[in-house]
Amino acid sequence: MAALRRPPRIQVPGPVQWMHENLFSSAFNSVLTLVAFFLIYQTVVPFVQWAIIDAAWSGNSRDACLRFENGACWPFIIERSGQIVYGFYDVAERWRVDVILIILGLGLAWLTVPGTPGKSYVGALMIAVFPFVAFVLLVGGFGLVHVPIEKWGGLLITLVVAVTGIVVSLPLGIVLALGRRSDLPVVKGLCVAFIELWRGVPLITVLFMSANMLPLFMPDGMTINKLLSALIAVALFSSAYMAEVVRGGLQAISKGQYEAAAAVGLGYWRSMAFVILPQALRLSLPNIVGNFIGLLKDTSLVSIIGFYDLLGIVQAGNADAEWATPNTAMTGYVFAGALFWVMCFSMSRYAKALEGNLQAGERR
Amino acid sequence: MTVDLKTGAAVEIIGLNKWFKTFQALRDINLTVLRGERLVICGPSGSGKSTLIRCINGLERHQEGRVIVEGAELTGEVGKIDVVRANVGMVFQQFNLFPHLTVLENCTLAPMWVKHLPKKEAEALAMQYLERVHIPEQASKYPGQLSGGQQQRVAIARALTMQPRIMLFDEPTSALDPEMIKEVLETMVELAGTGMTMLVVTHEMGFARTVANRIVFMDVGEIVEVAAPDDFFNNPKSARTKEFLAQILR
Amino acid sequence: MSWWRTRRTQDLLFQAALLGGVVLLVGGMAWNAAGALERQNIASGFGFLDNTAGFDVVQTLVRYDETSTYGRVLIVGLLNTLLVAIVGIVLTTLLGFVIGIGQLSSNWLVAKLCRAYVETLRNIPLLLQLFFWYFAVLRALPIPRDSWTIFGAFFLNNRGLYVPGPVTEPGFGWVVLAIALGAIGSLLLSWQARRRREAQGVITPVAPQSLALLLVPALVISAVTGFPLHFTWPVLEGFNFEGGIVVLPELMALVIALSTYTASYIAEIVRAGIQGVAKGQIEASQALGLKRSPILRLVLVPQAMRQIIPPLTSQYLNLTKNSSLAVAIAYPDLVSVFAGTTLNQTGQAIEIIAITMGIYLTLSLLTSSAMNWYNARIALTER
Repeated sequence: MAALRRPPRIQVPGPVQWMHENLFSSAFNSVLTLVAFFLIYQTVVPFVQWAIIDAAWSGNSRDACLRFENGACWPFIIERSGQIVYGFYDVAERWRVDVILIILGLGLAWLTVPGTPGKSYVGALMIAVFPFVAFVLLVGGFGLVHVPIEKWGGLLITLVVAVTGIVVSLPLGIVLALGRRSDLPVVKGLCVAFIELWRGVPLITVLFMSANMLPLFMPDGMTINKLLSALIAVALFSSAYMAEVVRGGLQAISKGQYEAAAAVGLGYWRSMAFVILPQALRLSLPNIVGNFIGLLKDTSLVSIIGFYDLLGIVQAGNADAEWATPNTAMTGYVFAGALFWVMCFSMSRYAKALEGNLQAGERR
Repeated sequence: MTVDLKTGAAVEIIGLNKWFKTFQALRDINLTVLRGERLVICGPSGSGKSTLIRCINGLERHQEGRVIVEGAELTGEVGKIDVVRANVGMVFQQFNLFPHLTVLENCTLAPMWVKHLPKKEAEALAMQYLERVHIPEQASKYPGQLSGGQQQRVAIARALTMQPRIMLFDEPTSALDPEMIKEVLETMVELAGTGMTMLVVTHEMGFARTVANRIVFMDVGEIVEVAAPDDFFNNPKSARTKEFLAQILR
Repeated sequence: MSWWRTRRTQDLLFQAALLGGVVLLVGGMAWNAAGALERQNIASGFGFLDNTAGFDVVQTLVRYDETSTYGRVLIVGLLNTLLVAIVGIVLTTLLGFVIGIGQLSSNWLVAKLCRAYVETLRNIPLLLQLFFWYFAVLRALPIPRDSWTIFGAFFLNNRGLYVPGPVTEPGFGWVVLAIALGAIGSLLLSWQARRRREAQGVITPVAPQSLALLLVPALVISAVTGFPLHFTWPVLEGFNFEGGIVVLPELMALVIALSTYTASYIAEIVRAGIQGVAKGQIEASQALGLKRSPILRLVLVPQAMRQIIPPLTSQYLNLTKNSSLAVAIAYPDLVSVFAGTTLNQTGQAIEIIAITMGIYLTLSLLTSSAMNWYNARIALTER
């Protein structure tokens, strides 16, 4: 049969035809193309000029940068790179952070690269064991020198807040989502109130609350660590969002699955644990990753309540007279922005791929 | 069923070829449909039958050959496409009713915005055709509130309000439950009784046998056989037609 | 089965225990807080709202001075929040729709450019973008003496944007009345045109007439009353500008950051909404002979908007909540002047955080109930 077909007369369009079809198909389109070219020319060219061609690349003080009036001040970033990653963590102990970052990187790679064996075991280890290992390594104990939390900073704090947020909010969010779908009015009411409260207010007010109100709620004589109260705030806040993501997954499970689980004699908890939740979480995974991206971006708010996270460190450097140049602030933001962008963009790509896999799975 | 064919061609297709990228969907199609003729197009899925009738009202553009509808040339220049679409009504497999408009609004939209009829006249016209498909009482409902069969009858009425000379049906019963297929087919048989030129892509062989003047059998993008229903069912010439009939008639 | 082993009893007991636990937790926290407040000698209750604030606020939309109360501070902050939210929502809607539609453009370069905008802005923290605009861009503007200017009327410098300020004179009320009457007239005109189209099927263009109705009476009245509106122009006096209206750099940075960031989300919502309209809808309209413009206006846009409006509203809410980042650049919004300055001065954390959260929560709940109503109405017609 294939022999009956003949190829179209139209060949693959050449560059001229391609441009005619995709850039200059009408007068309006031609104008749009020119405007777009103009915009790109006006933004990309000066940026490249500033970031690369006119930039200061070497030196170890602001004097090196002051000679380059219209270019980025990269020596600032190079000199502060230690702080950007570790904050004020003792230099001799920074290897502990490195170990954590390496474990985290390997673990995530194992979980995201398709085809690696034992994903569920690695995932369980990363959620249940890794946080404790990381905690001991970071704080000290078991023969390791104690590093006070006040010294943590930079990317380290950003990741600590984001990872804690996700690790705590996932189980809490599942419980809240199940509670919201419960038939018991008290359970349902409490869960709805909890979820809507945190989703209805800005994160910064929750952080203010943690900083100003949590200490008041502690029993007399008990103080609460500043970082811990911020972590509690972030965890409560993100578990409300997580609950809604999980609820979305639960709603997507067909009624037949619940009925089938009941028909084989599973009770509520077992049918949830073995039948419904595994499916619902798989369906929610892209949105869980999306939630994590939001959380990672939101961690930058802790700089407002006095933590030196990735953004806070850069902000502190900008204000530092030692590096006062016309380009320090811009350089700092561009660098931190690029770092955040790489992390968030790669995760959003991963979420998109997951979504594609899910859809492909459904078609089968 | 005897037919009184009006003279002249409603649709003329000469040497039609159509590609999607490098995939050839239609190959050297030559077909003339006379005024008042009822043509059933059948064939296995992917044989190009839908693509063929979609070329007749310009929903698909062809790359080679000519398509002439009621004397208006569809090939090349874009201007004639409006003339052709004013003459040709179409009914889709998925109904494609506008979900945000009521049944009546679905039927008055085109008369008001294409023919610029006053609202009152457009509504009267719409009611006339809704009565013809036997659902005037549903006029103020939304499509989502109707059954599939009712929706498809509304879609037929909507196409008829433009008073087309030719009606295209693209598998009008394929998305329907068996008990609803009958009501839609009955509506189509009634329409055939009015002398409308009809091109129907369908697997309903009973309809083909009783209503069609000619049956066109297509496979892999080409017309394999054109025959009167009697010849087509009792005396198919091509081996491919026989094979197809054997499958579809069990 | 004995009564206490039935499912119903167990459910009741479980819920009672849960409720008891929550009450105990909250009660314990309240007990602790009461003790802590007493030890630290902090007042409680909402009486502080009547106390004099004694600090200045750089931007106030209502009368405010150092003798005003904390209650007044709350109102000033809330209005400043609403100002940012409303201006931001208008701008982000325009930008978001343009970029969202641009993503679907048949023009390859435009589509790619819009895509790049979306992918860049929504993967960088909003606070970082806010700092970028405030500290790196607006701070780097020239000093007032070297302002950038347009027509010598608008001046942009590191102190803000100076624009001419309108000053009304007696008689201006008549001009406003003329404009209002003109607006009513043009509404009547378009209503009449619609009636005419429906009755006779004729389309009458009314745009020029409407514009004339809007402008001519207003101009005539203005001339008669001797142009009762004039502007105070910003003028450089010493090191700064006098006269006109100043848009603070904090406000500018906040509006720019919020609207450009939120626009990247709105663009995706708009793209998905348009792509979500089934292809068959367009084909059916074409088959009926409808032209491009009626297809857009009568079929595509109404259906796309149904998908766009609910998530769009939640983006508006997000923008409003995100405006609280104002505190990071000291724009005097609700969080900044009330949950910030007022809290630091009075120490009444519980009351102040509760009021602040209550305001945002009310906004959220109002919006989401409006959306539930909208969705239910749509579901009713579409089922």
